[in-house]
Amino acid sequence: MTAAGSPQGVAARSRRTVQLERRLDVPRWLPYLATLGAVAFALLVSAMILAAVGGDPIRSYLHIVDSAFGDIGVISDTMVKATPLILTGLACALAFRMRLWNIGAEGQLLMGAWGASAVVLVPLLPPGAPALVVIPAMTLAGFAAGALWGFIPGLLKARLAMNEIIATLMLNYVAALWIAFWVFGPWSEGGFQLTAQFPREAWLPRLTDLAAQVPALGGLTVHLGLAFALVAAVALWFILRRSRWGYEIRLTGDSPPAARYAGIDIARNTIAIFMISGGLAGLAGMAEVSGVVHRLQQAISPGYGFTAIIVAYIARFNPLGVIVAAILFGALILAGREIQPAGVPGMIQGIVLFSLIASEVVLRYRIRLVRG
Amino acid sequence: MDFVTIMAAGVATGTIYLFAAVGEIFAERSGVLNLGVTGMMLMGAVGGFATVVATGDPWLGLLVGMAAGGLLSLLHAVVTIHFQADQVVSGLALTFVGTGLARVLGEGLSKAGATSLLPKLTVPILSDIPIVGPIFLRDQSVLVYAGYLLVPAAWYWIHRTRPGLNLRAVGEYPAAADAMGVNVYRLRYLYVFMGGLLSGLAGAAITLAIQPGWFGDLTVGGRGWIAIGLVIFAQWDPLRAAVGGYLFGAIDRFLLDVQGPENFFGIRNPVYYDHTLTFFLGMLPFVLVIVVLVVGSREAVRKRIGAPAALGVPYIRGERGA
Repeated sequence: MTAAGSPQGVAARSRRTVQLERRLDVPRWLPYLATLGAVAFALLVSAMILAAVGGDPIRSYLHIVDSAFGDIGVISDTMVKATPLILTGLACALAFRMRLWNIGAEGQLLMGAWGASAVVLVPLLPPGAPALVVIPAMTLAGFAAGALWGFIPGLLKARLAMNEIIATLMLNYVAALWIAFWVFGPWSEGGFQLTAQFPREAWLPRLTDLAAQVPALGGLTVHLGLAFALVAAVALWFILRRSRWGYEIRLTGDSPPAARYAGIDIARNTIAIFMISGGLAGLAGMAEVSGVVHRLQQAISPGYGFTAIIVAYIARFNPLGVIVAAILFGALILAGREIQPAGVPGMIQGIVLFSLIASEVVLRYRIRLVRG
Repeated sequence: MDFVTIMAAGVATGTIYLFAAVGEIFAERSGVLNLGVTGMMLMGAVGGFATVVATGDPWLGLLVGMAAGGLLSLLHAVVTIHFQADQVVSGLALTFVGTGLARVLGEGLSKAGATSLLPKLTVPILSDIPIVGPIFLRDQSVLVYAGYLLVPAAWYWIHRTRPGLNLRAVGEYPAAADAMGVNVYRLRYLYVFMGGLLSGLAGAAITLAIQPGWFGDLTVGGRGWIAIGLVIFAQWDPLRAAVGGYLFGAIDRFLLDVQGPENFFGIRNPVYYDHTLTFFLGMLPFVLVIVVLVVGSREAVRKRIGAPAALGVPYIRGERGA
C-alpha cells in the first residue's frame, strides 16, 4: 500500500520525490539500527545546542564517558545509578507493554523508599533484629508500598476508565509531599530535613563490605540491589515471553479488541500490572535508602522514575534491553551532575526520546526516492 | 483571609491555568494530545523572563515567551503529525526537552532582581460593584482581562464558526473532514501551534505578571499537568476550563492563607500550630484533580460526552479508519 499524497510525499519539489511505502514485514536488524541511529542523532543535536549556548560538546561528552566508565571505581558508581533505573525501567516497560501509561514510577519509588524506611523508623521490627530479617522485611515493605501506589491508578483505570497518565502524575506530587512530611516532621533528625541513619542491619550489603577478604573490592559501592534488578529483569523477560499470562499482556497491548474477544480479563490484568509495576519501582526506592543513602531524605531520586520512561522506550519494552539502556542513562546521570548548565542531561534525555519515536517511521515505512 | 481576597488572587493565578487549558483544548479538539504543556509553559516563562531582564520590556517578553512555547510545540507537531509517532510519548519527550532547555537558558536568571511587570488595571465604576468588582475588575493584570476575552472568543470559535466546525471535524472524524476538502494536516499543525502559543503565554504570565521571578522548573511546578487534567474536567469546553482554572487558582491561594490565623471562630487552627501539616494542604490540589476527574468522567459517561473521537490517533491519508 503506498502512502503517496500523504504529507511525506511532498518532501522535494524538484524532480525527485520521497515516497513512503507501508512495510509488510520488518527485518530483524532494523529496530536495532533505528535505535542506534536515533541515539546518535540525538547526541549530535544535543551537541549542537550545547555549542550554541557556549558549551564545549566534545569535552562534555568525553567527560561523561571518562567519569562514568574511566576506571573500575566509577564503573561501580555507574552501576549504582543504573540499579534504580533498571527497576523503574522495568516498571515502565511492563506497564507500557500493555499500553498502560504508568508515568508514576517516580512516586512509586518514593513510596517504596518510605515503606522500607518505616520498617526501621516506626519501627516495625524490634531494634537489634538481624539483617537476615530486616533486609527481607524492608524489601517486602518497599515492594508493597510501591504496589499500593500503583494499585490506586490501576483501580481508577480499570473500574472508572480514568486517564492513568493524569492519575499517576498527580500521585507523584502527593508522594513527594508525603515524604516531605515525614522527613520534616515525625522522622526528622534534630530538626534537619532527613531521618536518622539506619542501623547497619538495615544496609544492603555492598562489594566494599568484602574488602577485608578481597582488598580489590575496596571502595566499590555496588550493592545487592543490583542483583534484585538483574533477577527482576530476567524474571520479567521470562514471564512476558514464555508464560501464558505474558502472552495475555502482550496481546492486550497489541490489540485490546482481540484480547477482549479472547476472553482475557483486561480489568484484572490492568490492576495486577499496575501493582507489579509500582512494586518494582518501590523496590528501586527501597534499594536507594537501604543500599545508598542509608536514611530517608527528600532528595533520594534525581528523577529516576521519569528517566525510566526513556529507558523503557530505548529497550523497546524488552526487559533485558532495559538493563543496557539503564546503564547508559546511569552514566549520563552520574556524569551529568558536574555538567553545566544543570539542565543539559534532562534536555539530552528528551531529545533522545524524540528521535527514538521519530525513528519508528522507518520501521513502518520503506523510504524510496522516486524520479519524475 | 477573606473571600474576596482569595477569589481575586484565584482569578489572577487561575489565568495561568486558563491560558494553558484553552491552548490544550484547541490542540486536543484537532485530535492531537499534547502532554508537553509543562515544557512549553517553562519555555514561555524563561523566554519572557530572560527578555524582560535583558531589555526591561515586559511586552516584548510576552511576545518572546509565546513564540518560545509555539516553537517548541512544532517539534511535537512534526513528530506526531508527520512521523505519526505516539502522541503520549512525544508529549512526555516535549516535557523533558522543554524543561531541560528552559533550565539551560535560565542559568543565572534566578539572581535577577526586580523586573518591570505588565501593567495592572482597574476598571472604573464597574470595579465598585460589590464582590464581583473587587474580585474580577480591581487591580488585576492586563493578562487577566485578556483571559476574560479569550474564553468567550475560544468558545465562539469552536462552537459557532465555520473554521471551528472544521476543527471539530478534524478531531472527530478526520477522514470525513478530508473528504470535505479540509486539509487535516495543516489544521492539526495550526492548532498544535496555537496550543503552544497559549502555553507559552501561560508561562510568560507567571514570570511577567502573576508570580514574577525564575525558580528553575519550580516556576511552573505541577501546574502544566493540572491544566491537562482541567481539560478533561472541562470536557474540552473553554467556559468550563475557565471556571476550573479560577477555582484551582483560588484553592492555591486559600491553602497559603489558611496557615495565617491562629484560630477559626474560636477553634485552634491546627495548621498554624504544626507547620508540617502544610504538606497535606499541598497535596490537596493534586488529590482534587483526581477526585474531579473521577466525578467528571461519570458525568461525561451519563451525558455521553467524550474526548474528540480521533484524539491521539495519527491520520494517515488513504488508510482505513478514522
